[in-house]
Order: sequence, then structure tokens, then C-alpha cells
Amino acid sequence: MGLLSDPNRRRALTKLLTRLNAPICVMCYLAGVAWFMGLAFEPFTLRTYMSENAMGSTMVEERFPAGERALATGREFAAHKKKVGGMPVDWLVKTMQSRGLEVFTQSFTRKLPFPDENKERYMVRGTNVYGILRAPRAPRTEALVLSAPCSEGNNNNQAVGLLLGLAQYFRSQIHWAKDIIFLVNEHDLIGMQAWLEGYHHTNTTGGDWSPLQGRGGSIQAALSLELSSDVITSLDLVLEGLNGQLPNLDLANLFYAFCQKIGVLCTIQGKLQRNDWDTTSGYSHAAQTMMLMVLKQASGRPWGDHGLFLRYHIEAASIRGINSFRQYKTDTTTIGRLLEGMYRKLNNLLERLHQSYFFYLMPSLSRFVSIGYYMPAFGLLAVILLLRVSFHLWDNRGFYFYLTPSSPGVLSILTPVVISHMTGVALYTLPILSQEMAVQHFPVSETEAVVLTAIAIYTAGLALPHNTHRLLQGEGTEEGWRVLKLVALLYLAVLLGCTALINFSLGFILALSLVPIAAFITPHTPKALSAAIMVLLSPGCTLLYCVFVFQELQETPVSLQDGWMLFLSVISQGILDHALYGSLVYPLLALLIYPCWLLLWNILFWK
Amino acid sequence: MLAFILCELVYVFVTADVQETNQVKDAEGQTHAVEEERQWEATEVETNLSLTDTPSDNEADHVQTYDIPPPPPAKYKIQEAAEEERRDSLETNIVDVPSDKVAHVSDTKKTLDDPPPPPEKDRFQEELVIRPLHSGDTYARNKGKEFDLKLYLVSHYQLFPKSLGQVILKFSVSELHISFTQGYWRTMQWGQPFLLSPPGAELWVWFQDTVTDVDIAWKELTNVLSGIFCASLNFIDSTNTPLGVGNVTDQRFLRSAVLPREIVCTENLTPWKKLLPCGAKTGLAVLMNSEKFFHSSFYSQALHITPVCQVRCMYIQSSDVSWELRQTLNVVFDLHSSGQEWSLFKMFSRTLLLTEACPLAFSSKVYVDVTDNPQVSNLTLATPLLSQAVVLEDRRTYSVYDLTNQATFGQTRSLNMLLRWRAAENMLRPLLHGERYVAGYGLQKGEIHTLVYNHHTYRAFPVLLLDTVPWYLRLYIHTLTAPASVATTNPVSYIHYQPSKDRLQPHLLEMLVQLPPNSVTEVTVQFERALLKWTEYTPDPNHGFYVGSSVISALMHSVVAMDTNSTQERRFSAESSYFMWVYTEPLLVNLPTPDFSMPYNVICLTCTVMAVGYGSLYKLLTRTFQVEELGIRPFQCLLRRKQSIFCRFQWGEFTARRGSRSQQAVIYL
Repeated sequence: MGLLSDPNRRRALTKLLTRLNAPICVMCYLAGVAWFMGLAFEPFTLRTYMSENAMGSTMVEERFPAGERALATGREFAAHKKKVGGMPVDWLVKTMQSRGLEVFTQSFTRKLPFPDENKERYMVRGTNVYGILRAPRAPRTEALVLSAPCSEGNNNNQAVGLLLGLAQYFRSQIHWAKDIIFLVNEHDLIGMQAWLEGYHHTNTTGGDWSPLQGRGGSIQAALSLELSSDVITSLDLVLEGLNGQLPNLDLANLFYAFCQKIGVLCTIQGKLQRNDWDTTSGYSHAAQTMMLMVLKQASGRPWGDHGLFLRYHIEAASIRGINSFRQYKTDTTTIGRLLEGMYRKLNNLLERLHQSYFFYLMPSLSRFVSIGYYMPAFGLLAVILLLRVSFHLWDNRGFYFYLTPSSPGVLSILTPVVISHMTGVALYTLPILSQEMAVQHFPVSETEAVVLTAIAIYTAGLALPHNTHRLLQGEGTEEGWRVLKLVALLYLAVLLGCTALINFSLGFILALSLVPIAAFITPHTPKALSAAIMVLLSPGCTLLYCVFVFQELQETPVSLQDGWMLFLSVISQGILDHALYGSLVYPLLALLIYPCWLLLWNILFWK
Repeated sequence: MLAFILCELVYVFVTADVQETNQVKDAEGQTHAVEEERQWEATEVETNLSLTDTPSDNEADHVQTYDIPPPPPAKYKIQEAAEEERRDSLETNIVDVPSDKVAHVSDTKKTLDDPPPPPEKDRFQEELVIRPLHSGDTYARNKGKEFDLKLYLVSHYQLFPKSLGQVILKFSVSELHISFTQGYWRTMQWGQPFLLSPPGAELWVWFQDTVTDVDIAWKELTNVLSGIFCASLNFIDSTNTPLGVGNVTDQRFLRSAVLPREIVCTENLTPWKKLLPCGAKTGLAVLMNSEKFFHSSFYSQALHITPVCQVRCMYIQSSDVSWELRQTLNVVFDLHSSGQEWSLFKMFSRTLLLTEACPLAFSSKVYVDVTDNPQVSNLTLATPLLSQAVVLEDRRTYSVYDLTNQATFGQTRSLNMLLRWRAAENMLRPLLHGERYVAGYGLQKGEIHTLVYNHHTYRAFPVLLLDTVPWYLRLYIHTLTAPASVATTNPVSYIHYQPSKDRLQPHLLEMLVQLPPNSVTEVTVQFERALLKWTEYTPDPNHGFYVGSSVISALMHSVVAMDTNSTQERRFSAESSYFMWVYTEPLLVNLPTPDFSMPYNVICLTCTVMAVGYGSLYKLLTRTFQVEELGIRPFQCLLRRKQSIFCRFQWGEFTARRGSRSQQAVIYL
């Protein structure tokens, strides 16, 4: 380590860093992107394997026979649902009780901050019904959950039917060492949130629910079942949960293992696995799957009913039946056997699932990229920020910039920082607060009012530099913007670093768009061009691109018009996710990322 | 469809003093009628005592050997607490017993078969009670059944197991209760249980006051018992033995512990069977088929050793005391799959036939609860006696089969019976019910919620909540709250809290809570999860750590006695109050756990970071470097590449001589 203590060598090093700063930064950026894209290349990834011993060697026999009966129950459920016009609580209670479960209900009400136009709901009132299958000779310390949503229309009736069928079948078995909770939740995630908060007696988002009467101890794992047709072609596994949390990889392995064993087609992100990794199309297929996962994870929203379990350290996944035009069909009995096998193995667990990875990306269901492999991609991007810090810290000869007596006061640095954050706070709070006023004065609905207010505040922030300067005394100095830029760079580095640790995808996408502008923005660059680039790479526009890319990857491309509408609805969903489930992406963007971008915007217009 | 069968085996050994039998001899030669009368007197006295709490000496010569209920561990304290409560509170909780009810109860008692006479020598009784269980679900179509298998025995080292007798003498044990339970008693589905025990293993011991070092005796006793019962009782140490339980008689000599993790299986049943005089060879014990028992929904075996004398003999010298050993076994069978029909053959194995009573048994009886299901067909065509009992204001009818009577076995030389049941009306809701769970998420803090239900429609009563929490959950006792679902004024009238000591002693919390009628009281207390030392984690740390059940005990006032399930006569006496207790679920709490799967990586990483990263950084931060201006400037050396090695050597020498020159350029890092 004599490197740093030798002033000459150090100076040589800093000289190198400052002279070659821009090329190194560009190299790092390209290397980061290339590394990320390389992750989808099969030879670079690892094959999934079962880490948990309790689920590995213990083979179970699946004998669930009653698929047809389950479908009949599902039809009966559908009829009752139609008759009642919602959750057929009485029927469900009676049916579960006749299957030998301890049945409890939970009612909940929830008033959304503004109407959800996607799902057409505002005042939500519902009831969850759950039955507990008590394991013999178990002291109620551990439980597993199987849930199926009671959805509007004709959706998921088969899921509820299969759930009840499995409950009946499980009741007659003697293997169970953990209580099994069969939950039918109304109003999908809102019901699930109410149930989970009731179960753990927490209240993070101000919902109103009645306390639960029966419990089964600490929940070890949960599966959410979505099934809307009698036969399916494939099962899709959904892993992405709230705030980009993922369940332990062993849960995905378990699903994959049983799909292989029973012979069911399985997909992730709706994409089948391909074997031709060495061809271009094979690689692009894997890359698309991985990109979809990254985009879904970055959104921070729960992509299935399982998503809310993850907060409570309960490993959970959604299993979604897909019926496409393929010839090969799988019937309900087979799905029942698959679920039986999974639950039997989860029942064998001696500890919580902890052996395998919690941070991973999946380019296909049998391949994964662990945190150790994908983090360098982010690291290469983040190091650019530190390189730029060094660039602004040292001059060309490798000496520090000394602060001269004319260096800017704290006030001139603090003012833009504070004003940017005030704008962020306004962006965070005002859309919901001012929706009534907006509705009164403009011909828009509440939802539109919220989204348009958010966009208006976001755009208004662009005018800030001029206003900031009015507050400052005199002209901004050369040192002034350098110090401000140092602050902004360090701030962004810390922000992105923390974000990437929690939610790699979000951190990486933000780094992709923010790092270039943070690295190269100065007051001396051409104003118009830089401003245009900055706006195009701002967080809001990044979100817009993500919407288009996501649609493209899902093979449902949208027109510009539809894309814009989708963009608006994504914003409203993001705000709703935060209000309803405590998703952190919206506050992160509004309170931290956006002000940071505004600081960079300030630097561009520094006078 | 719900169907459960409970099977209980109760073994009671009463020995008239392992050393002397003079007490028993007193009872010899008395006529049956007198015995019965005396028994009645004794019962009355005891009833009075439980109300007035004043011992009467003139009854001291009565030896009541066979019907001392195994005192529940918390009984004394709750009695005292409740009495205290009674004195303190303005509204009296004592409810006058309606006279007609008392008369009825007395009648009921007289219709029971003859109360057994006091022991002349050691005596052994065995008893099996079968009762269908109510499911408690209003909509359930099928109800379960309950089995009660009770065996009583009285012994004098002929019958009393020597292994236990020696333990009692060696460790000067005054009273001992040990139970092994697998499963949780579902009070709301199955109703009020028999002598209840918490999931796992439980041990309560009172030592005699002659013991000088109770802790050592306790330690040795647990090890001995763990050998006798093939159980992990040796895991009992000071961290799960709460000291200083407040409301208890003679707390200095009391030691108790619960091991909620203990798994109970056949290896615990076998030594328990060996304590019986007939083993599992004959008598009711032939039904003890471990394969069947461990396919049940609930399994609990217990052993209670109590001194038998007047009413309480806590202070009596051991030489005056005779011992009662009661072994009980409760099993609930799930008849979900086998339909609405039950028979002895079907329930137990066909190869194990009930063909005779244990020859050593004084009495050997089978009781079948036929209150809701009169369709019992005795396949051996023996006519059972009918007896009645009233439990929780619920009248119960039993048909009784006496195994000592050969006619019971009929032509086939084996007893079998068939029970068909129909959906019974709703079960009486249990008056007292408790639940517990851990609230919150994350690995830093949490909250223990204990819900205590009072289902009585109009009567409030106090309960004593006893909670033992391991030290690694650091209770924030200032967050303790106990709001009831209906408005009351300060339901908690007494709190005894003993804080934990890390790695030494658990938390002990006792609370006297007044439960308003028809209410739920939710006692909550927050805790912080401690970070253990890495050697203190169990081999499966991600499974979680257990917190034992808390005990909710109450002195209930009722016109009828509680133990309706029991066939013992005294239980049906006209007590105006009875003692009951329930257990809550044990808790499984996750503690912050390091990733033990990669200890090697962790060690390597830590060492590397410490040695390389921190060390050099520290050096760089703290050392000041001084560059001396000398004839040869160091950077010139760098330029002259050929001599660079030499220059580096020189550079080292120059710095070694630092401080000797006046011209210095100081660079601060």
C-alpha cells in the first residue's frame, strides 16, 4: 500500500486518472452494459439446483385424484359468486367446514386515495375467508399458506375449486407437520394486504380490517394460485414481489423440479425455456426473459398475490395457469398433483427456506444469475461516478483544487439542494392533496388529476435553476458549480448504491440513465443540446421508455398514443402501490432521485 | 366433516409411605359403609377447606388416597390470588350455589357406582373413558369421539415402581408433575380438556424443606428423569427455570420448566408403560398400541406424584406421607376418514384384544360417554351400568363396563363395543380460552399478543397469567398493556415481573387480570430480539426459537363441578368453585441469524478485511509522511529507471533519517 503514501506515485496515478478520465468512464459504461447483457448468455450463468436438503432427497408420491371434482366445486363457486355478486362468504364457510377445516373470516374496508381506474375501484369492502387444516400433533407453531383470489367475472374459479379440492384431499392425509391455511382473498392484493396485516397485527398503510380469530403460527411458505381455465398448456411462475423482493431461489427450484417430474410445461415471464443458447435467437430469448424480470423487479410492485408475503419474510410465489393454443394440455388433476407434491416437500422443511439465493436474476427457469455475477455490472456503472469525483477533486497535474478565499459559501450550495428537495416533497405530496382542487377547476377525473398534477410539478421543476439564482447572492463561481457537482455526484453514488443493494434492477436502470448525465454535465457544455439530453434521460422519461420496452418484450407492442396512456396509468399505479401496500419506488423517485437530477439540471444552468 | 377421538390413559400409584404404612393400617378393618361415609366427610371437609382455607385437624386420620386430584402446578397460586382478589374487590365473585343444584349433584353422586374404599395396602385402579368430542363447529356434520383410558394403581413397592420411589427418596421430592405432550389441545373444538399439559415437556417439582441446595437437586433430578423417560430433560437449566414464581406456596422449593421443543414419541411411551404393574401385557394397557397412538391428533402422557394426606401436605414430613402416583394418557383420535362409526377393534389393533383386567388391579373399568349418542351396542352383550355426571352444567351419561367381572367379556372372551354417533347439538363453549401469537415483522422487534377469552355471558372472573419468556427476547415491560374488548377500569390488579438475566435466567411475568363477561382481553408486550453469540445458536437456527406456552389459570365459580370428563366421584361434588387452567400455543420466533452456511467464507472475508483493508487504511490515516529535500530528489530517481531500485533503497534511508533537516514539505493525507 505504498501506492498512496508515496506522493509521487500518487500524483502519477491521479494524473493518469484525470487525463484519461473521460475514456475510462466511457469504457466503464460500455463494459457495464456489456457485462449486463452477457449475463443472459448461458455459459456465463449457473444451472439451478436444490440447496435445501429437506426438499432434495425426500421423494414424495403425488396421488391427488380429484381434479374433476375440483372443477365441479369451482363451477359451484362461480354460480354462488354470481348469485351473491361478490365473495360467496356463507357458501365458502360451509364448504370449508364440511371439508374439516377450522374456518374464519375477516372483513376489511379500504378507501383508496383516488379511484383506481384500471380496476375500477375506490371504496373497497370485502371479506377474506380462510380455513386452517390443523396438522395432527403439531403445536400450531408453523404454517403453510395456499391462496386463491376471488376475482371479478369468471376469473380464477378453477383456482378456488382446486384449492377446495386440495383442502379435502389434504385433510385425509396424515403427513402434515405444519398447519395449512387455505385462503380465498377478495379484491386481490387489498384483501391479501388486510389478511397479512391482520395475521401479523401490523398496520403499515392505514387499512381498516377486523382482527383474525385463528392463526397457525409463523408462516413458512406460501403459494398463490391463479387458474382460469379447466385445462392449461403451461404454468407460469411469478416471483417478483413488493419492492423488488424475491423469494428464496429454492422455491423456484421446487416448482421447476416438480414441473419436470410431472411433465408440465413451465414458464417464467411467460417465456418457455429454449435449448439453443448458442444461436442468436436463443440468446435474445434468454436476454428478453431476463430483461422482463429486471423491468418487473424495478417496478417494485407485487406482480401477484404472493408479493406481499415477502415483507414478512415468508417465501412466496404465484403460480399462474396459462391456456394458449398449443396442442398439449394439462388437466386439473395434474396441477393438483403438482401442488400436492410441492406442499408435501414444503411440509418436510425443518427450517425456513434459507439455503439458496435471495438475490438473483433468471434468464430461464433452469438458469440463474446470482448477486455475485450481476453486481459487477452495476459496479462498473457506479465507479464512473467515483472517477468523476476524482476528476473534479484533482486538477490535471494531480493536485487538489484548493479552496480559495473566493470559494462559494455554504449557502450557495445549500440553496439549490434544499430547493430541489422541496420540489421533490411537492412532487410526493401535492398530487394526492390537490386532487380535489384540480377536479373542481379542470374537466378531469380524480385519477387524471393526480397523474397530471404529478407531471405538472415534475415539469415545473425544470424552471428551477433560474429561480434558484435569484435567491443566490451574486454570480455563481467556477468553484461553486464544482462543489455542487461533487455533492451531486456523491449523493447520486450513495443513492444508487443503496438502491442497487435492495433492488438491483431499479438501481441498474437508474444508473444506466443517470450516470452519463451526472458524469459529463457542466455549465460549459452546449446548453440546448445538453438540456435536451438531460430531459431525455430524466427519471420520468426513463419510465416512459421502460413502458415501451416492457410492452415490446411482452410481444404486445403499443402505439405511441397507447404507450402514453399506459405511462399515465403506470404513474397512477405507482402512487397507488405506495399508498396501499407501501411500495417504496414512488417516494424514492420523488423524494431522492428527482431532486438529485434537479441538482444536475442546476449545474447545467449555472451562471 | 370433523371427527376426533380422545384416548386418555391415567395411571395412579398410591403407595402408603415407602417406608412406613401406619397410615394405611389405620384404615384397615373398617366396614365398607363406614369407609364410604368417611369418604364423604373427607370430601366435605375438603370442599370447606377450599372455601375457607382453614385446615381442620380432627380429620387428619382420614387417609384419602385415591382421589386427590393431581394438583396443577399453578393451583395454589391461583387459589391464593383469587382469594386475594375476592377480598380486595368490591364486587364479590363468590356466587351462592343454588340449593336445588347441590341436591341434584348429590343425587348424581349417589347413583355412581360404589366409591372405592380407602386402600388397605397398595392398590391399583385402571380406567378407560371414551367420549365423543364435539367439534365446536356449528355447521359440522359429524362429531368426533373421545377416549379416556384411566388406570389407577396403588402400590407399596410391590406395585409402586421402584425406580420412581428411589428418585423420590433420594432427592427428597415433595411433589412431582411431569408431562410429555405432542400437539395442542384445541379448546374451541374439543371443549374443556382433562388435566391439560402444554406442548412439549413440562416438569414441576416441589422439594422438601430438608433439601439444602435446591438448584443442585433440581439439576440432578432432571438428569435422572431424562434417563428414566428417555427425554431431553437434561436441557433444563437455569435459562428455562423461572425462579421466584410469586403466587405459590413455598416457592423456594419449587422448580419448574417447560421444554416446548421436546418431541414426544414411542421412546417416551415405552418407559412410561414399564412403570405399570402389569406392563402392557394385560388389562387396559394392552390397548396401548404406539402405532395407533402416534397417528392421533393429540397425544399427552403425564405422571403426577403427590403426597397423600389430609388436603394439603406441603409442610408435612415425608414420614407421615403416603404417595399417590397417577399416570395419565390422553389421546385424541381423528375419525375423519373412517366415518361415523367407532369400535374398540377398529380404534385399536385387532390383534390386541381386551380380554381381562390386570390381575393386580383393584378396579378396572371402561366408561363410555353416551350422552349425545345413545346407540352404543355392546358386541359382547354385557349390560353396562349407567352412571350420570354433570359437567359444566351439562349432564353426561356414561355406560360403565367392569372388567373385573367376567360377564363383561361375554362369549368371545374379549370386550368390544360399537358406537355410532349422530351430529350432536352445539358444544357448550368453553368459558376460558387463550391464544397467543407474535405480531410484527422484521428481525429487530416484535410484540407478543396473548388473547384471553371469557365466554361467560354475565360473570366476570379473575385469571392469573403466568408467562415465562426466554432471555433472548428482551421484553420491554413498559409497553405492557392489557385492554379488554369491553370497557373496564384497569383490569390488571397485580403484576409480578422478574426481569431476565442474559444467559442465566428467563423473564417471569405474572399478572392477575380481571376478565369482563363475554370479552377478549389482549395482553401485549413488545420485545427486542437479541443477537446471540455464534455458539449459542441451535443447529437449526433458521427454524426459530421456541417460547413456551403461557398458563392462564382461574378459579371458576359454578354450580356444578368442572371435571365432567372425569369419572371420579369427588369431582362431581357440590363445589361452588373449581380450578381450571388452559395453555396458550407455544411461539416460534425467528432471531437474527448469521449465514452459517458459509462459515469459511465469513471467517476468510472478515480476516482479510480486517488485516488488509482496515490495517492499511488505519496506517494511511494516522501516519504523517515527511518528504525531505535532499541532493537527489526522489522523483528524479523515478525518471532514471535503471537506478530505480537503488533509489528506492536510498529513499528508504532518507525517510529513516527524517526530521534531521530543517527544510521539510509536509503532506497531509
